[in-house]
Amino acid sequence: MNQTDLLQGQKPSNSIHMFRAMVGIGLLCALLIVVSYEYTLPVIKHNKAVALEKAVFQVIPGAVKRVTYKLTDQNTFEEMQGEPQKEQVVYAGYDANNQLAGIAVEASGQGFQDVLKLLYGYSPTDQKIIGFYVLESKETPGLGDKIEKDNDFLANFSGLDVLLSDDANALKNPVKSVKHGTKENPWEIDSITGATISSKAVGNIINNSISYWAPLLYKNISTFTGNQVSSLE
Amino acid sequence: MERKSDKKTGFFATLQQSPSTDEFIKGLWRENAVFVQVLGMCPTLAVTNSATNAIAMGLATTFVLLMSNMLVSSLRNFIPKQVRIATYILIIATFVTVADYVIQAISLDVHKSLGAFIALIVVNCLILGRAEAFASKNTIGKSFLDGLGMGLGFTFALLCLGVVREILGSGTLFGIPFFPANFQEWVIMILPGGGFFTLAAWLLIFNWAKQRKKKVVQLDNKEIAA
Repeated sequence: MNQTDLLQGQKPSNSIHMFRAMVGIGLLCALLIVVSYEYTLPVIKHNKAVALEKAVFQVIPGAVKRVTYKLTDQNTFEEMQGEPQKEQVVYAGYDANNQLAGIAVEASGQGFQDVLKLLYGYSPTDQKIIGFYVLESKETPGLGDKIEKDNDFLANFSGLDVLLSDDANALKNPVKSVKHGTKENPWEIDSITGATISSKAVGNIINNSISYWAPLLYKNISTFTGNQVSSLE
Repeated sequence: MERKSDKKTGFFATLQQSPSTDEFIKGLWRENAVFVQVLGMCPTLAVTNSATNAIAMGLATTFVLLMSNMLVSSLRNFIPKQVRIATYILIIATFVTVADYVIQAISLDVHKSLGAFIALIVVNCLILGRAEAFASKNTIGKSFLDGLGMGLGFTFALLCLGVVREILGSGTLFGIPFFPANFQEWVIMILPGGGFFTLAAWLLIFNWAKQRKKKVVQLDNKEIAA
């Protein structure tokens, strides 16, 4: 803007003023956002990685090392570095002796209020689910959110049977939630009283996810155990 | 908000000698955003289910209020009247985005528990209210004090609600058990309904205190007259 603009009559300069103010402040704001984004991005990435690592180690008892694998188009797995973008990934956990301790898988589905995001540990050698952690939930506080803290409920996942059928293409027995106190078989989840819908949701989510992943993971078990050999050398 | 120059009594009277400290003090108590102006009810009711959430929300709002007040005040002669609201919203939205990134960088857990309510600071009428009613008419220094006072007053109010709701609803305070183990939590208190109950109780206490103070002042005046 030059001097003549300011000296001209009130009307034209008024809209120029408005334009100048909006564009100027817009640019200033854009700059502020970009600077703070660039500045905080590495810290946020680090925080997210730490949170995921913590969750993975929690669902795979004994794991101390995590390797991310992605599912390829040929239904095999390969190791990947960095953040997953759109790939389907699983996290293999290795214990202190570099043995495969389990594989952590993310699963999500409809809960009582909103989408429930879970992480569970699967042991392809034992064909069992060995750990469970709620990544994201908006279940009712005091009722549905017991799926995160109820010890009896969490005990379901320290050895939930997910045996594959003989041709290894599907589960022998689907995982399902049953009424509290009526659990009879090792593939059933004992629900929480007062949180029936949330418990059922967890059962469904795990069943859907494991019936997809278990055959894939089981067939590719050598990919995961192969890693421990190469790492040992 | 236009301040009435009414008679001041009590503890704050001594602190209110200089006008600049008054800009700071008024937001804490006399014009408290939640208990007196009843502004910003959405975060007040929604995220005060624990004391930690209340403090995090209060501080995030204080940050946005402080920064937007200062920027609006420093640009007050540059912004034409016709586009002022749009510009204020732009400025507020910018600082909310910045606050969102900063909270994610400080703690993902806090970010997760505040959820969508961080983004909703943009529409907290307390912030736009201060920009329009105060910062656009006053110097940077005064706007800074005003923002700080209002923000801390808001944080204080949120904390009042958060402490009560967490103690009764979860039996803890800042995550530390407050009652013996056999305490039965009042789940309603951490649900939205509990927010309304607690807010109503606090408003009752505040209005009762205000009325009592008014009566004392009236009695004083009568004595002086007599």
